Amino acid sequence: MRTIAVIGGSLAGISAARALREHGFDGRVVVVGAEDRLPYDRPPLSKEFLAGKAGVDDLALTTDADAGLDLDWVLGEAAAGLAPRGRSVVLASGREIVADGVVLATGARARPFPGDRISGVHTLRSLDDAVALREDLLAGGRLVVIGAGFIGAEVASTARDLGVEVTVIESDPLPLGGVLGPELAAVCTALHEDNGVRLITGTAVTGLAGAGRVREVRLAGGRTVAADAVVAGIGAIPNIEWLAGSGVDHDHRGVWTDAGGATNIPQVVAAGDCTFSYCPYSGIELRQEHWTNALQQPAAAAATLLGKSAIPARPTAPYFWSDQYGARLQFAGHRRPDDDVEIVEGGLDSRRFVAGYRRGGELVAVFAMNQPKLFGKWRRQLVAPAPAAARLS
Amino acid sequence: MILVGRPEDIPLGEAVRVEAGFGSKVPIAVFNVDGELYAIDDTCTHQDASLADGWLEGCSVECPLHASCFDLRTGMPSGPPARTPVRTHEVVVADGLVYVRVTESVEAASVETAA
Ligand SMILES: Cc1cc2nc3c(=O)[nH]c(=O)nc-3n(C[C@H](O)[C@H](O)[C@H](O)COP(=O)(O)OP(=O)(O)OC[C@H]3O[C@@H](n4cnc5c(N)ncnc54)[C@H](O)[C@@H]3O)c2cc1C
Ligand code: FES
Repeated sequence: MRTIAVIGGSLAGISAARALREHGFDGRVVVVGAEDRLPYDRPPLSKEFLAGKAGVDDLALTTDADAGLDLDWVLGEAAAGLAPRGRSVVLASGREIVADGVVLATGARARPFPGDRISGVHTLRSLDDAVALREDLLAGGRLVVIGAGFIGAEVASTARDLGVEVTVIESDPLPLGGVLGPELAAVCTALHEDNGVRLITGTAVTGLAGAGRVREVRLAGGRTVAADAVVAGIGAIPNIEWLAGSGVDHDHRGVWTDAGGATNIPQVVAAGDCTFSYCPYSGIELRQEHWTNALQQPAAAAATLLGKSAIPARPTAPYFWSDQYGARLQFAGHRRPDDDVEIVEGGLDSRRFVAGYRRGGELVAVFAMNQPKLFGKWRRQLVAPAPAAARLS
Repeated sequence: MILVGRPEDIPLGEAVRVEAGFGSKVPIAVFNVDGELYAIDDTCTHQDASLADGWLEGCSVECPLHASCFDLRTGMPSGPPARTPVRTHEVVVADGLVYVRVTESVEAASVETAA
């Protein structure tokens, strides 16, 4: 192999490029990124950066050492097509990159709130999004956050810190219930009200109104909430449309891969938020829209592309963290609705605890609030759930 | 020098954090690796996590937030996401008490590592 094209210039893309070099690939590595800047870190966009505590330079993912990787950057240009059998990538400009191997790392984009675009309505995925949102927050006024998932909760928390009046609207009766289960979701949800954020649950937003600029948010049942700015935190959509006609198996959930990042086309691998991959720990296919996955999965994909074995001795559990209202939340493992929950350290009232999820007696997931050290201890005791076929029920 | 405490206050395989203010502008973590004491800045150079809360394995501590590992002897990170070393500090045991001689500046720390 002489040329490898990495499509997507963010965390998964740079991690794939580094891994290719670590595995000894000394050919040409072309990294194509739709954004007009070198890879930067997204988690601070809803936290330190939005708060004004970190600047653009603090977000950089590349270091001086990366200059030694000798990468060919093609920035500010999106890939528009992948030729059948994956040997060539056509960019939006019409330029073609011929490659012997391709790494798909195009990530995901924020799901926009349906309807016409009006000003003052935001989503948060890119640095530009964060800059625009921060400007609106600094103007003061009332913010309505649609969706009480992790991004929505982080934006609400940061906005509150900036002195903004915040209302969060969630269509589910219990935010985060699907991820954490009812007991622990309730503990996280309570953080909103404790910090002076109004939370309206079990109610869907039906529309946004305002002449030129958003003025109010309309809820099912006819209620309205006044707003000077709105953030929709209602999920992300994998950037896979450009693969139509390429022969690479994918659907709305992402590019299908095995545990090693292989797609159905030889010499085409994928990693990060754009994938829907088999997870050896969970025993199922899933899209892991988390930072650590976008850091680690590319190493496996690079190894697969170069024909090296990369199956770890022990499957690592999915992991993510979130910072809200000064609380640090950490989750590792795979939870199913019928798992048993038990507080293994601390107490819910103190907001310093570790909770364990058990399935058939085995610890399959852990969640911690403000207990990073004990979380680390319990995380190491996780046991990958037994494969479905071996289960009796 | 700042006073950390008695040696038995730092159990084997554990770390103690000395908060900022006791003669240091930033918090410092002191680790006990098989009876050998090492001191580094407590705050991870990547984002905001306390390395005293990290996982100790040999002479290396894994950050509890994003798992960069730092060598306690040199302060060097093993790989991303952390990009810069943490400062290392000299540990002095005198009269049955543990002290840390705080390295003055980042420059001083890197000279020490290079040596
Ligand atoms: C605000 C925010 C906060 C977050 N906080 C946390 C957190 O606290 N904890 C956590 O675990 N995770 C967090 N995440 C998730 C984490 O940032 C993502 O999982 C990670 O960024 C995924 O990396 P990626 O490289 O796969 O995709 P992305 O970061 O989405 O990057 C994909 C890149 O590909 C580019 N691209 C798209 N289409 C094309 C194309 N056709 N051609 C070329 N380039 C293209 C995009 O412009 C983009 O730069 C957060 C995400 C956001 C947005
Ligand atoms: S805060 Fe330590 S690795 Fe990120």
